[in-house]
Amino acid sequence: MYKILRKEVLAPRINLMEIDAPFVARKGQPGQFIILRMREYSERIPLTIADFDREKGTVTIVFQEVGKSTEELATLNAGDVIADFVGPLGIPSDHGRKEDKKVVCVSGGVGTAVIFPELRKIKENGNYTITIQGSRSKELLFWSDRLEKYSDEFYITTDDGSFGRKGFVTDQLKDILAEKSDDIAYVLAIGPIPMMKFVCALTEQYSVKTYVSLNTIMVDGTGMCGSCRITVGNETKFACVDGPEFDGHLVDWKEMEDRNSRFIPQERESLERYRKLMGK
Amino acid sequence: MAKIVPKKMPMPEQDPMERRKNFNEVALGLTPELALEEAKRCLQCPNPTCIEGCPVEIDIPGFIKKIVEGDLRGAIDIVKSTNSLPAICGRVCPQETQCEEKCVLAKKFEPVAIGRLERYVADYEREKLGVTMPDVAQSKGKKVAVVGAGPAGLTCAGDLAKMGYQVTIFEALHDTGGVLRYGIPEFRLPNSIIDAEVDYVLKLGVEVKLDVVIGQTLTLDELFEMGYEAIFLGTGAGLPRFMNIPGENLNGIYSANEFLTRNNLMRAYLFPEYDTPLWVGERVAVLGGGNVTMDAARTALRNGAKEVHVIYRRSRKEMPARIEEIHHAEEEGIIFDLLTNPIRYIGDEKGWVKQIELIKMELGEPDESGRRRPVPIEGSNYIADFDTVVIAIGTSPNPLIMQGAGLETTKWGTVVIDKETGMTSRPGIFAGGDVVTGAATVIEAMGAAKIAARGIDKYLSRQ
Ligand SMILES: Cc1cc2nc3c(=O)[nH]c(=O)nc-3n(C[C@H](O)[C@H](O)[C@H](O)COP(=O)(O)OP(=O)(O)OC[C@H]3O[C@@H](n4cnc5c(N)ncnc54)[C@H](O)[C@@H]3O)c2cc1C
Ligand SMILES: Cc1cc2nc3c(=O)[nH]c(=O)nc-3n(C[C@H](O)[C@H](O)[C@H](O)COP(=O)(O)OP(=O)(O)OC[C@H]3O[C@@H](n4cnc5c(N)ncnc54)[C@H](O)[C@@H]3O)c2cc1C
Ligand code: SF4
Ligand code: SF4
Ligand code: FES
Repeated sequence: MYKILRKEVLAPRINLMEIDAPFVARKGQPGQFIILRMREYSERIPLTIADFDREKGTVTIVFQEVGKSTEELATLNAGDVIADFVGPLGIPSDHGRKEDKKVVCVSGGVGTAVIFPELRKIKENGNYTITIQGSRSKELLFWSDRLEKYSDEFYITTDDGSFGRKGFVTDQLKDILAEKSDDIAYVLAIGPIPMMKFVCALTEQYSVKTYVSLNTIMVDGTGMCGSCRITVGNETKFACVDGPEFDGHLVDWKEMEDRNSRFIPQERESLERYRKLMGK
Repeated sequence: MAKIVPKKMPMPEQDPMERRKNFNEVALGLTPELALEEAKRCLQCPNPTCIEGCPVEIDIPGFIKKIVEGDLRGAIDIVKSTNSLPAICGRVCPQETQCEEKCVLAKKFEPVAIGRLERYVADYEREKLGVTMPDVAQSKGKKVAVVGAGPAGLTCAGDLAKMGYQVTIFEALHDTGGVLRYGIPEFRLPNSIIDAEVDYVLKLGVEVKLDVVIGQTLTLDELFEMGYEAIFLGTGAGLPRFMNIPGENLNGIYSANEFLTRNNLMRAYLFPEYDTPLWVGERVAVLGGGNVTMDAARTALRNGAKEVHVIYRRSRKEMPARIEEIHHAEEEGIIFDLLTNPIRYIGDEKGWVKQIELIKMELGEPDESGRRRPVPIEGSNYIADFDTVVIAIGTSPNPLIMQGAGLETTKWGTVVIDKETGMTSRPGIFAGGDVVTGAATVIEAMGAAKIAARGIDKYLSRQ
């Protein structure tokens, strides 16, 4: 059993939990993830390590309520326990080292939490960082201060224009690339699949290397099932052990989107049933 | 001498038309009367050849004699003196190529149903007599780490605990049992049986730490730093093989590991009471010819498939599955497309598989495995409609644990060991089971684990 030490609601339907998990906290690196199973009947769901405290032995996760498992997880509070919490899984991201050029980080939605430890590492290693944070609207923004702290240039875009620039992250990114694409070492883009796909389509035009973090559907997270498989550079990769970060220009985005829609009717049924049981 | 009874006593089973709709155990177990009659079929050979066929060398006539005498306590004690998981082995051992193949009766008649009798005494102990514990040696004050809670890991841990070692099992998943739990379905091996056998190992003093992926959460070197003086790797062969043909990543195409793990470990057949989904369409193709193939095919049926085909590139004779399982699958209405192989999958615009292009095969010269090599018959291609595919063509050891471990491996990714002791190329690290042999059997994994337990004892006593 793994105890929740702290819970914070960062924005509507976006929650932070700090979990007592000393083994994972000792080893976790930016780019890696954990898999948790809330109760005996629950799914195993992958969530990125958003932060860790090696001394305290805690791991921070940030998750958005998108379906049954995440909605139910959000009902837990400090003091409650989670049945299983395993990790760190996946390969630590291999960026962060000092580059001669600038590094651009683009986050969308809950991707902000995923990108944060990476941005921090990139900045702490002496890089010039440009960060673009995107969200649907102002109220869904979180951790902007944390991102800004590790960014030399920081931009916010909202779809509805309620904060920062009105539009998509790609609008801001396009301006940056148009002005100084030769100055950019690489782009790291983490967020919803459509966002990552459009970022990749854009950076490809400018031939700027782009990394993405793929949230494929997983079961074990150890390379045992192949649920997370995805074509990258015409080769099948397992996102849980070969990733989750890949060269975004090599990802077969159509297949990625199709594969992530595999269980939509069941996901819907499960959520509706749960809400009915909860009287929602 | 009494007259030889040529045939095995019939095993009571659930009716095929009934059981294809549920996950309850198919084989119900011998009744006391049937068990007694079956036990009497054994000739009590002075040189019992059956024992040679058992990788853990159970005294087969010995325990059968006790059944005839009505001493079931005595019978189970004999079995458990060499096999700590008898209720499991009695259910899943491929007896026809092991103990029963070597039974003298097998030459002319049906062999003694050794597996069924083994299951009978194990079930009888658990349900009627209560499980007794063996003597555990005085603590040696030494710690041993076992990686993986499958049959190999459980056996090695149990044996070492009996010798007085302090053993901790580290398991990547959230539950014990390895393939027994996530692979073999409830209708062939109920979870309650695995629980009981795991419980036995725990009662010997073994500690289990779940949710620890060795190679990620902790490395082998860190285990040594934590004070474990020897390590046993029983990590199995969990990496699914694919065919690398076009369309293999289409929706509706699963590896057998994904299909069975969703169903068994995650209990998708109880969806939506359990959260994990499993989608099964109307026409299901399961590729392969082993136990895994039969399990996946029968699982698909139980999840509501209308028609399930096993597609195998060789002929029935070469099928590696247990005969009993092939027979059960047929009874349940599984269709066998033999000498047939897929060459590509055809999907719709949303990425779901709709059809398979297949080719007919014929058997040519024997290959390195001694089986006749299947060769495609040119021009025999045809297209068949399938909306679900399960690929059950084999697995190899998962490389995760080997990361930076410095262990010698073969080109198939299996770990190289010394056959006498089970020790790998690194002193203090031992291995056994599927991680050494590639996908094999429960009883072979247990046999290898026993050798390694003795090897570890020798290694640690010498120090
Ligand atoms: C490596 C990795 C890291 C991730 N990190 C985070 C994170 O830090 N924060 C966060 O909010 N989310 C993260 N996700 C996604 C998160 O795992 C899913 O949102 C969650 O599993 C959805 O479960 P659900 O039952 O609530 O929703 P569901 O009803 O299952 O699904 C809702 C939608 O979420 C997606 N989804 C469903 N199951 C999975 C799954 N097992 N893996 C991925 N996506 C799925 C599907 O596209 C689906 O349409 C990550 C995913 C991966 C693979
Ligand atoms: C569907 C199916 C049906 C089968 N049917 C039969 C049958 O009828 N009869 C028969 O005799 N055999 C059968 N087999 C084969 C048999 O189950 C295996 O040979 C046997 O389980 C091997 O045992 P093992 O202990 O070596 O490995 P496994 O059972 O694979 O156990 C390995 C364990 O190690 C864990 N692990 C792996 N890597 C790590 C790591 N890095 N850190 C921590 N833990 C790790 C795994 O999660 C797993 O729990 C079947 C196999 C399958 C898949
Ligand atoms: S353990 Fe397996 S091989 Fe040995 S006697 Fe029992 S059924 Fe036969
Ligand atoms: S070989 Fe057959 S008949 Fe002889 S002792 Fe063994 S089981 Fe009995
Ligand atoms: S999640 Fe099972 S192999 Fe990646």
